[in-house]
Amino acid sequence: MEIVMAIVIGVLFMSATYLMLSKSLLRIIIGTGLLSHGAHLLILTMGGLKRGTVPLLGEEASAYTDPIPQALILTAIVISFGVTAFFLVLAYRAFKELGTDNTERLRGNEGND
Amino acid sequence: MYRLYLGEASSVHEIKGGHDLSLLHLAIISPFLFAIIIPILYKLFRQVHTGWFVLPLPILLFSYFISFISSTSNQEIITESVPWIPALGVDFIAKVDGLGLLFALLITGIGSLVVLYSIYYLSKDKEKLNTFYVYLLLFMGAMLGVVLSDNLIVLYTFWEFTSFSSFLLIGYWYDREKSRYGAQKSMLITVLGGLSMLGGIILLYIMTGTFNISEIIEQAAAISVDPLFIPALICILLGAFTKSAQFPFHIWLPDAMEAPTPVSAYLHSATMVKAGIYLVARMTPVFASEGLWVWLIAGFGIVTLFWGSFNAVKQTDLKAILAFSTISQLGMIMSLLGLGAAALHYDDIESSFFGAATTAAVFHLFNHATFKGSLFMVAGIVDHETGTRDIRKLGGLMNFMPITFTLAIIGTFSMAGLPPFNGFLSKEMFFTGMVRVLELNIFNFETWGMLFPVIAWIASVFTFLYSMILVFKTFTGKYKPEQLEKKPHEAPIGMLISPIILASLVIIIGFFPNILSNTIISPALESILPNNTIDVHISFWHGPTPELFMTIGVIALGILLFLTLPKWRKVYDLFPTKLTLNRLYDGGLAFTQKAANKITKTYMNGSIRSYLVYIFAFFIVILGTTLAVKNAFKLDTSNVSSIGFYEILLALAIMIGSISILFVKSRMTAIILLGSVGYTVSLFYVLFRAPDLALTQLVIETISVALFLLCFYHLPKELNKERMSFKLTNAIISIGVGAMVTLIALSAHSNKLFDSIAEYYIENTYTEAAGKNMVNVILVDFRGFDTLFEITVLTIAALGIFAMIKLRMGGGKKNENK
Repeated sequence: MEIVMAIVIGVLFMSATYLMLSKSLLRIIIGTGLLSHGAHLLILTMGGLKRGTVPLLGEEASAYTDPIPQALILTAIVISFGVTAFFLVLAYRAFKELGTDNTERLRGNEGND
Repeated sequence: MYRLYLGEASSVHEIKGGHDLSLLHLAIISPFLFAIIIPILYKLFRQVHTGWFVLPLPILLFSYFISFISSTSNQEIITESVPWIPALGVDFIAKVDGLGLLFALLITGIGSLVVLYSIYYLSKDKEKLNTFYVYLLLFMGAMLGVVLSDNLIVLYTFWEFTSFSSFLLIGYWYDREKSRYGAQKSMLITVLGGLSMLGGIILLYIMTGTFNISEIIEQAAAISVDPLFIPALICILLGAFTKSAQFPFHIWLPDAMEAPTPVSAYLHSATMVKAGIYLVARMTPVFASEGLWVWLIAGFGIVTLFWGSFNAVKQTDLKAILAFSTISQLGMIMSLLGLGAAALHYDDIESSFFGAATTAAVFHLFNHATFKGSLFMVAGIVDHETGTRDIRKLGGLMNFMPITFTLAIIGTFSMAGLPPFNGFLSKEMFFTGMVRVLELNIFNFETWGMLFPVIAWIASVFTFLYSMILVFKTFTGKYKPEQLEKKPHEAPIGMLISPIILASLVIIIGFFPNILSNTIISPALESILPNNTIDVHISFWHGPTPELFMTIGVIALGILLFLTLPKWRKVYDLFPTKLTLNRLYDGGLAFTQKAANKITKTYMNGSIRSYLVYIFAFFIVILGTTLAVKNAFKLDTSNVSSIGFYEILLALAIMIGSISILFVKSRMTAIILLGSVGYTVSLFYVLFRAPDLALTQLVIETISVALFLLCFYHLPKELNKERMSFKLTNAIISIGVGAMVTLIALSAHSNKLFDSIAEYYIENTYTEAAGKNMVNVILVDFRGFDTLFEITVLTIAALGIFAMIKLRMGGGKKNENK
């Protein structure tokens, strides 16, 4: 399963990179969203998958899944939400003020290419 | 306090105790501490000249250092140590020996006089005295640190501090273009040398394993065969030559004359420029075994001596003459030190023979500080009272300023090497040292050595010449009142005190040179040439020696040249004006700036996309190369978990979803696809035994999609169309990034280098934090600060969002109304 996940993560990173390199602010924001999904899954996969039961002591199992990656990801999900929300509003304001969401035109260049 | 006998040199290094800040350390850092309170005093007592508050400190320090003379003249060395960076072997070792004390006395003694002089020179109503005295005190402390540190790293730190404070002082009148130029030039050249010196220090450390000079000296014989020895020697010398304005690095000193005159008198004649000489003297026991050391120092010194004196003659600004004269005199001291170092190659009896050069160097160092300091002050007085320093406009001031004229006569005659002043004595000793070169029979001196006395003699003729120009063109000749801004009159007494004290020293030492022999010179010699048997006795009359005839020759030819100056002055026009060192410096500086600007602009073009491309490209290239070079890629399938049907389904859903986003045209579809990927990820969390993550992800994803939809109402309908080549580049980069991440994920999974630390949490979650949900306990308890900062980040983001929605730029209203 880890190998399948490695490929899934690669695809997520690839799509994210492609989107972030484009000129539309909206696509860049979608790209960062995908990137954080990829990073979260990467952390989770690195800890090993399905190595035990859920990390709740109440289960009284002999083996638990590693809780540390989960704790890290939990923080990361919230942070990435904050960043995405900030970006979105930034794009919204930029568009309202300047009338474009093209990063080249935002700099004052003609973004024809 | 430790007082040690030099005879037991080995015991010096046994001192490791007493790691407290001693009085000696306090003396070194006291100017820094004092600098802090100067601005406060300046603000509180505006009606009192700030200089009066500063003055007690150098006087106090001077009397403190005077008290060390009794110890150093008994060959005792006082060492105090405070650990600074013990892990790197860097201790702040303050050490007072003969050489250090000589410099410390110069720094504090001349410092006191300069502060006194500056009180009358700088007007308290017009000048920013607080900054001036802060810079001056910084310099004083830094300089004391340089000459009293036994640790090379500490020495280097203070060394750079002198460069910085010199920069600030030269640029004191920063609204003048020339001041800024001079400050930058001196900074660039001296810091360049400083960096090279740091390289030399590190090389020495590699060879000896210590930064302490006294310990390095002990290993001098052992390291002299090391292949790094010569590079270290050259690096250190570069530092000394740039600081002491040796040819071809001398070009910064004339431009440094833009500093206020008290600064020129202090930094650029008596103290800072002698730091290079100090370094050479200090390192002589380490490097003197190498012939290159002797040749380089003596050679560069003698060239500088000639070039400085030759160029001083053509200057028309009083301070420019003094600047070139300082360059020349520094070259003279340098060449003497170089030749004196040859003494270490001989047995004791002969060494006294060649050690004469070193004796002359130390003696002249002191004399130069006295007469040059007073001459700078005289130049300052002339400038202050007439409004110009141009000797073409000056003349006939003798009648207006008799005291200043007398002081100028004493200073210049001493500089020219005329009896009965101290300059005569050291000039004679200089000739002795140069003539003795002929007797050297090492390092090929028997052939090329002949040049030394010849060049020295010619340079002395020019020295005599510019000294005469300095005094007679200013004070005698025709008085030209129409060219002067002010009506000249004698300076106030306060301004005259300092040069009078220095001029009296010139005369006293001229008549009684031996008051310095055993108190100052002999202990300093002991530091430069350890275990020497030089008996320092300076006598006024040597009898009809070659030196005396050389002096008479200098005077005769000098007078002749002075009288015929207008006739042969054209010689200077023969030198090319376009091919000078200054042009080289300016051109080099302009070229570097232009080139750096051009190169930077090619890649720092301001487009975020380009920066992202660099980041991703580096990511691919560097990680890919590392993986390949280290042979780190590994695929280990023995430890993988099973693949379920649902999992395959979800994996496919994510991959298809994320790839489709790339191709959809409508932003609505793109947002929905992003949402679907997010929900699939949360399903993965469910399958991978992470219930907390699944819940959080579900909530967050829902809010995100809602937010996207809220904002999308305003964003453009169609996603931008992009060119094919643009898309292709992006595709290549993104495929590279994706592939690299997959490779890393696979290798990281296959190489388990460490065991998981999860066991700790599994065992302690309940006992330590009384919680059963491990993930929650880690977040709020074990790593509670992480969560705290996470909340902080969210708060900042929320504030930012709030501000962006609520606040309007100037044109905001207009757009909204559309």
